[in-house]
Amino acid sequence: MNALVAGFRGFAEYFSGVLGADAYKKYLEHHRASGHAGPPMCERDFWRDHTDRQDANPQGRCC
Amino acid sequence: MGTMPDGRPNTAPLDDGITPVPGLPATAVDDAVREAEERKWTPAKIALWAAIALLGGVAWFMLAIIRGETVNAIWFVFASVCTYLIGYRFYSKVIERYIAKPNDRRATPAEYKADGKDYVRTDRNVLFGHHFAAIAGAGPLVGPVIAAQMGYLPGTIWIIIGVVLAGAVQDYLVLFFSMRRGGRSLGQMAREELGVIGGTAALIATLLIMVIIVAILALVVVNALGESPWGVFSVGMTIPIALFMGVYLRYLRPGKVMEVSLIGFVLLMAAIIGGGAVAGTEWGAAFFHLDKVTIAWGLIIYGFIAAILPVWLLLAPRDYLSTFMKIGVIVMLALAIIVVRPEITVPAFSEFASRDNGPVFSGAVFPFLFVTIACGALSGFHALISSGTTPKLIEKERQTRLIGYGGMLMESFVAIMALVAAISIDRGIYFAMNAPLALTGGTVETAAQWVNSLGLSGVNITPDVLAQTAKDVGEESIVSRSGGAPTLAVGLAHIMQQFIGGTAMMAFWYHFAIMFEALFILTAVDAGTRVARFMLQDSIGNFVPKFKDHSWRPGAWLATAVMVAAWGAVLLMGVTDPLGGINTLFPLFGIANQLLAAIALSVVLAIVAKRGTFKYLWIVALPLAFAAVVTITASFYKIFSPVPAVGYFANNAAFSKALADGKTSFGTAKTQAAMEAVVRNTMIQGWLSVIFVVLSIIVIITALIATAKAFRNVKAGIANVEYEDPAQPSRVFAPAGLFPTAAERELEAEWKKLPADQRLEHSAGH
Repeated sequence: MNALVAGFRGFAEYFSGVLGADAYKKYLEHHRASGHAGPPMCERDFWRDHTDRQDANPQGRCC
Repeated sequence: MGTMPDGRPNTAPLDDGITPVPGLPATAVDDAVREAEERKWTPAKIALWAAIALLGGVAWFMLAIIRGETVNAIWFVFASVCTYLIGYRFYSKVIERYIAKPNDRRATPAEYKADGKDYVRTDRNVLFGHHFAAIAGAGPLVGPVIAAQMGYLPGTIWIIIGVVLAGAVQDYLVLFFSMRRGGRSLGQMAREELGVIGGTAALIATLLIMVIIVAILALVVVNALGESPWGVFSVGMTIPIALFMGVYLRYLRPGKVMEVSLIGFVLLMAAIIGGGAVAGTEWGAAFFHLDKVTIAWGLIIYGFIAAILPVWLLLAPRDYLSTFMKIGVIVMLALAIIVVRPEITVPAFSEFASRDNGPVFSGAVFPFLFVTIACGALSGFHALISSGTTPKLIEKERQTRLIGYGGMLMESFVAIMALVAAISIDRGIYFAMNAPLALTGGTVETAAQWVNSLGLSGVNITPDVLAQTAKDVGEESIVSRSGGAPTLAVGLAHIMQQFIGGTAMMAFWYHFAIMFEALFILTAVDAGTRVARFMLQDSIGNFVPKFKDHSWRPGAWLATAVMVAAWGAVLLMGVTDPLGGINTLFPLFGIANQLLAAIALSVVLAIVAKRGTFKYLWIVALPLAFAAVVTITASFYKIFSPVPAVGYFANNAAFSKALADGKTSFGTAKTQAAMEAVVRNTMIQGWLSVIFVVLSIIVIITALIATAKAFRNVKAGIANVEYEDPAQPSRVFAPAGLFPTAAERELEAEWKKLPADQRLEHSAGH
């Protein structure tokens, strides 16, 4: 049963990575690792910034 | 980069100019250890690869040589997967060793430009899925269906061999070289490597190609939704669903992407089921029954609004939904084909394989089969993705082979499954669905009569079968639903109902398939318009600087309007074309896509030559030559062929003459207005073909000149100009392939022992 839960969790984690749902987590890791002086953006601000940057740098989707 | 004229494996000593960061374990497996590992053939390894080769050989034998009544679909799976494995294990390794020459001691842009936003080291397996979701869309689902007119074998061979030798090579190398250049775009690389003329030609060609591709993808959606109240309702509902998701993510629960995607998915399923109920009511059937011209206008207006709305409101949430569906659908389809294993009755080569007047698309096997199937075998559009987001996320240089080459093999597999789904339905139904209205007459009786008159072996269809199939999938009619999407949907429904749900579920599966294809296409249309708008703004900005400011509203709106008008015009042309838009325009889609591939491969050729790799240049030259020959020949047919069904100008002349003779109907055009439309359309299509081919020839010639110059420089001992970012030492380690090797595991263990504060955390879970 535990293996099943672990497997499902692993899959969910993988899937969220593919979707890009873990972007904020990665941002925090980067922020911590690079030793920025200021505090990191809060989650709400990060996602706003995330989509606003997509506005400024559109990426194609394939056919 | 030093040259290795004798072409021996890269024994480049540690003089790569990289001083490793002190105090860290090695950031790459030692070259000698890796070599030894790769070259060591244990009996188990030999047995495994012999088994793969044998199984693949048997599968190809069953598909290509044995001529039974039927062939089982499972052989398509074995033939493709075994060939992919061999191509990946052996051919891509050759490319890696002699052309790419990755160096894991070197930091990737995700490391030296890391910002936690655009440049983020991403676990290779996650990035594989991410890259795959970005490259695969409706293309590989549509092309193979249309190409099935020729029988299954020509398409199967081209998809599988083409991807190994051409498509995956392009994706891999563009990804690798873009990564070496800090994630620069294809356009920027073209300008650097090919100079101003080649670079400008590449930019204009890319822009035009984008317009054509968006227009024809939109045409596929319009053809799938025309006169289909159920489809119009459920696909239309994706817009409010995406808006809701956008607001949810922005204001209610920011960052809960997984959660909102699940909610969106449930709503999407409800929209499909609800669509059936709505279409079943009298008012629903009347309100959502739209003709193709209305839908095309709706799509054009939608395209404009979607491209100027902020990303968070519509594009981003639908992108999540689209990715969510993509992975799910493809896994489901693969499972269903393996479980159901349908028997295929379509012949290896159909009666149309040796003719150039097929009803689905016109033209002979060479070159038109090779442009009809672009995505899945060789897709130039991928070069834009491989030089876009993905290179900024790569963790280690060696991983580009898994992601670039491997990701494209995966798309090819999707194309094979689409082909299997399309050929698992009755051939009579296939032709009744895919031939233009002018041939089938539009009713089940006339369509059945026309199909039976084709004299196809083993095809004898009754009007009842056509009517019953339409009823099963919940449509008013399935006659002349060209574009590939409806055929794939019928095929998928046919396979899935044997897997889950039985005949009662067929209508659901059909609309499920239409829904996801529309979802992929709408995302591509929307994103394509935005990218094209930025390219146009930058180009105009060279003359009117104000346009370079992307946040300047009037400029953005004007550029968006121009791009939407451009693809909208081509779309309307296709929708109103009396010859059936897909029949005339789909080849243009493939030509455009593969000309882009030729451009990308030209850039790669010049880069590889500048690095001094001449002995193995053929690895790039081969797909480039093939793409160039196919697309230029196809363009020449389209421009110069005297056969009206093939040549745009021949068709134009025929209709002009008929008009001049005062005829009021000619061929498939029943009115004078329709005849005038044909004259106008063929003229535009003809000139588009001319412009494409001229631009591409310019790019290819400039690439050949750059290659020759590089060759002379190397001979004369003059260093070629390098545009790579300067090498910086890496500070992380991660395995290259799907499964870590023994040496990689050892090294990983060493890294694990490092105190946490000295180690850059892995960005994604393993």
